[in-house]
Amino acid sequence: MPTKTRAASYTTGSDQKPTIHFPAEHAERSAALPTVPNAIIECKDVNVYYNAFRAVTGVDLSFGSKEITALIGPSGCGKSTLLRSLNRMNDLIDGARVEGSVTFQGEDIYHKEVDAIEVRRRIGMVFQKPNPFPKSIYDNIAYGPRVIGLKASNMDDLVEEALTRAALWPEVKDKLKQSAFGLSGGQQQRLCIARTIAVKPDVILMDEPCSSLDPIATSRIEDLMYELREDYTIIIVTHNMQQAARVADRTAFFTALASEETGDRTGLLVEYDLTKKIFESPADQRTEDYISGRFG
Amino acid sequence: MTFLTTGLGAHIRSASIHGKVRGGEHSARSVLFLIALWLCLFVAFGVLLTLIITTLIDGFSRLDSRLVTEYPASAPERAGLRPAILGSIWVIGATALLTIPLGVAAAVHLEEFADRKKWFNRAIELNVQNLAAVPSIVYGLLALGFLALLGVQNKNIVIGGALALGLLVLPVIIISTREALRGVPLEIRQGSLALGATPLQTVWRQTLPASVPGIATGAILGLSRALGEAAPLLVLGALVFVSFDPNGLLSGYTTMPIQIFNWTSRPQAEFHELASAGSILLLLILLAMNGLAIFIRNRYQQRW
Amino acid sequence: MSTLTPVGGSALLPGRPAVSLRSNRPRHGETFVRFLLRVAAILTIVITGGILIALLVPSIEFFRTVSVFDFLFGDRWAPRFADASFGVLPLVTATAWTSGIALLVAIPLGLGAAVFLSEYAKPGLRKVLKPVLEILAGIPTVVFGLFALQFVQATVFRGLFDLDTGAFSVLAAGLVMGVMIVPTIASISEDAMSAVPLSMRQGSAALGANRMQTTVRVVFPAALSGIIAAIVLGVSRAVGETMIVAIAAGGQARIVTGPLEQGQTMTGFIANAALGDSRVGSLEYDTLFAVGLLLFLVTLLFNFISIRFVRRFREIY
Repeated sequence: MPTKTRAASYTTGSDQKPTIHFPAEHAERSAALPTVPNAIIECKDVNVYYNAFRAVTGVDLSFGSKEITALIGPSGCGKSTLLRSLNRMNDLIDGARVEGSVTFQGEDIYHKEVDAIEVRRRIGMVFQKPNPFPKSIYDNIAYGPRVIGLKASNMDDLVEEALTRAALWPEVKDKLKQSAFGLSGGQQQRLCIARTIAVKPDVILMDEPCSSLDPIATSRIEDLMYELREDYTIIIVTHNMQQAARVADRTAFFTALASEETGDRTGLLVEYDLTKKIFESPADQRTEDYISGRFG
Repeated sequence: MTFLTTGLGAHIRSASIHGKVRGGEHSARSVLFLIALWLCLFVAFGVLLTLIITTLIDGFSRLDSRLVTEYPASAPERAGLRPAILGSIWVIGATALLTIPLGVAAAVHLEEFADRKKWFNRAIELNVQNLAAVPSIVYGLLALGFLALLGVQNKNIVIGGALALGLLVLPVIIISTREALRGVPLEIRQGSLALGATPLQTVWRQTLPASVPGIATGAILGLSRALGEAAPLLVLGALVFVSFDPNGLLSGYTTMPIQIFNWTSRPQAEFHELASAGSILLLLILLAMNGLAIFIRNRYQQRW
Repeated sequence: MSTLTPVGGSALLPGRPAVSLRSNRPRHGETFVRFLLRVAAILTIVITGGILIALLVPSIEFFRTVSVFDFLFGDRWAPRFADASFGVLPLVTATAWTSGIALLVAIPLGLGAAVFLSEYAKPGLRKVLKPVLEILAGIPTVVFGLFALQFVQATVFRGLFDLDTGAFSVLAAGLVMGVMIVPTIASISEDAMSAVPLSMRQGSAALGANRMQTTVRVVFPAALSGIIAAIVLGVSRAVGETMIVAIAAGGQARIVTGPLEQGQTMTGFIANAALGDSRVGSLEYDTLFAVGLLLFLVTLLFNFISIRFVRRFREIY
């Protein structure tokens, strides 16, 4: 039967200002960046392609252990694409390819002997739109430990602890057997965070986790991130600069370059530093323009 | 389609916002067109309604308990559908067991794992579309040839009929399962994989359970089509006088549509009444199955 | 907080002993199950291969005795007589008559119903009519056959109109078959018309076209390949339909020259010949498969045409 939805045609970024020339091969590698002590994930010259189209080019970036790192930049700058290449979620997209090296605790996650499933167990992910499973609240949490064969002596305790850590326990403790679809958007997103914690990852990737939430729910998630930082490394993609300024220890600013021939937009890391530095005294003019709202 | 261009000049001159002109919603042509459309719908539904009513009138007198308790007989007043009903249950049951696992497995492979860029997988897809439109009688011939190949002497066995009907239902199940799987949002798969589940765990614990209502609906509709099907079983020699209850996969059998066909080909009017009564029963069963399918679709289908 | 004893470390804190990402148990079960799923998918190809082999092998036997030319162009079909003759034309003419009549009924009715449902019906009415249409499409063809024989042929043609016709006619079978195909054509072409973007209709309406003009000049052409696909599928259903013609079209294989004559179609022959228990390997048995092969090839041709058209209309938007 015919599908009624069609791929939306997107406008090219040719009208994007200021006009930036697309670099020749690797012409513009990200400038030498301050080293991050105690890095847990390190990207070296990472390029991400979708078939022939290069979505992200030449990224060098290290993420500190038990820190919150924010990736910011205008839309189409490849920050979500880069995030997905950190736990091999890009593997699931046809034609996606990562060049360069991404290491986790010193080990290349794209090495051919590395098991992508094991990578995702250690580096969890929370998505833009809350995506609870069509199951009970309890089963949403218990799902992860069950599939990875984690032997908790008592699943009930594990569920309680995960929900407690995600600051959701008081709200749901009396309705654990009810469908997760009955929760509000913010609660659903905290449930997804709890679900991720339950498999004991080292790193949690968050892809614009608050973009579909109201300000109150957003601020609860931000509080939660701050608490989780004690035990987890968090990397968050956000559109919201204030959010980055509020929660992140370090911030990486990306921009998009539009190819003159095709109009395809390629993401590029412009500047990476302590959040305070990025927001108060950015080294790069483009960063300053973006921060001050002059474009993007 | 020249009516528009020829009338255009006049149309513009006399244009009024009340729409009483040629191009208006109430112009004679428009109204005639709408009447013609109504007529199409009316004739199509009217004939189908006539079919149901005449069948009801013809068969009503024989719609009694003897119809389901008696065996076929040469005297119409003593004849019934009992072995045919049991035969239909056996054949359709065996068909379901044969095709549902196979069809769901094939659909899961095609939808979740197969690389669509490979020509081989595209060939499988094209092939399934084609299989869905092969005339049912050809499946009968296939099963006949297959049984001959195995050296089976007696082709009128339950499993042979199930084989032919299974081939008929398989594409329906594959296509509806794929559609159901496609209805599960990508976010659910991603959520599961991001927790470290393997692709197979994701299918088995998330995608497939969420698709069960869609699969069940498709399977019931497919099986109800098989239940009403007579042609392939005719080729397999199911038009026999069965005066016993079928009792196994290798048992001889006849089915309800075949018995109805048998009765229509008799000259006596009483047998035709019997055929109509059998048709009513068959229609009721099919209506119940369709109703169940629609109920499952409306009640259990996950809204995302 | 409760005490938890997961595999290592305490509670939910991360930092399990740094296990290498590579040190993973191979997932044999996973590989095996995925292999099984693949086999299931491949089996569908095997089935098609099986159909071809099952039809071809006896057909080749058949064509050793009867030349392809005599089969395709002979005008006398008498496989059971002492002076057997295997010209398939009588069967083909009967099939052409019944299918042709069926399409004359089904195309206008089906398209009219589809246009009404897609362009005129209120959503509520449409929500009721579509499932009803689908349920009607599921009426067993035996029931249609009985209706054609008893009501259309006996009561209407012979009783009401007193037509000069016997117990069977290709007209009765064809008309009823047409009604049977209406839901198929209506349903698929309705899908095609609904898929035409609303913006095209609005564009037409903005130019002052009324609903009929929009339908005939914008929606219909835009959905044309889907509509043709629906018609082609209807053709292949008509050609392959068995029970209606077996019951109501008659059993004598003669060249059909008029709608009130009786005639045996290709499917009707297979159904009938299969009743007489023919021995495996006999010429009679092989004949079934030769006719079946012809039928399969004809419907296959129509299916391919249909799939091509569907593809086109998918690509347009």
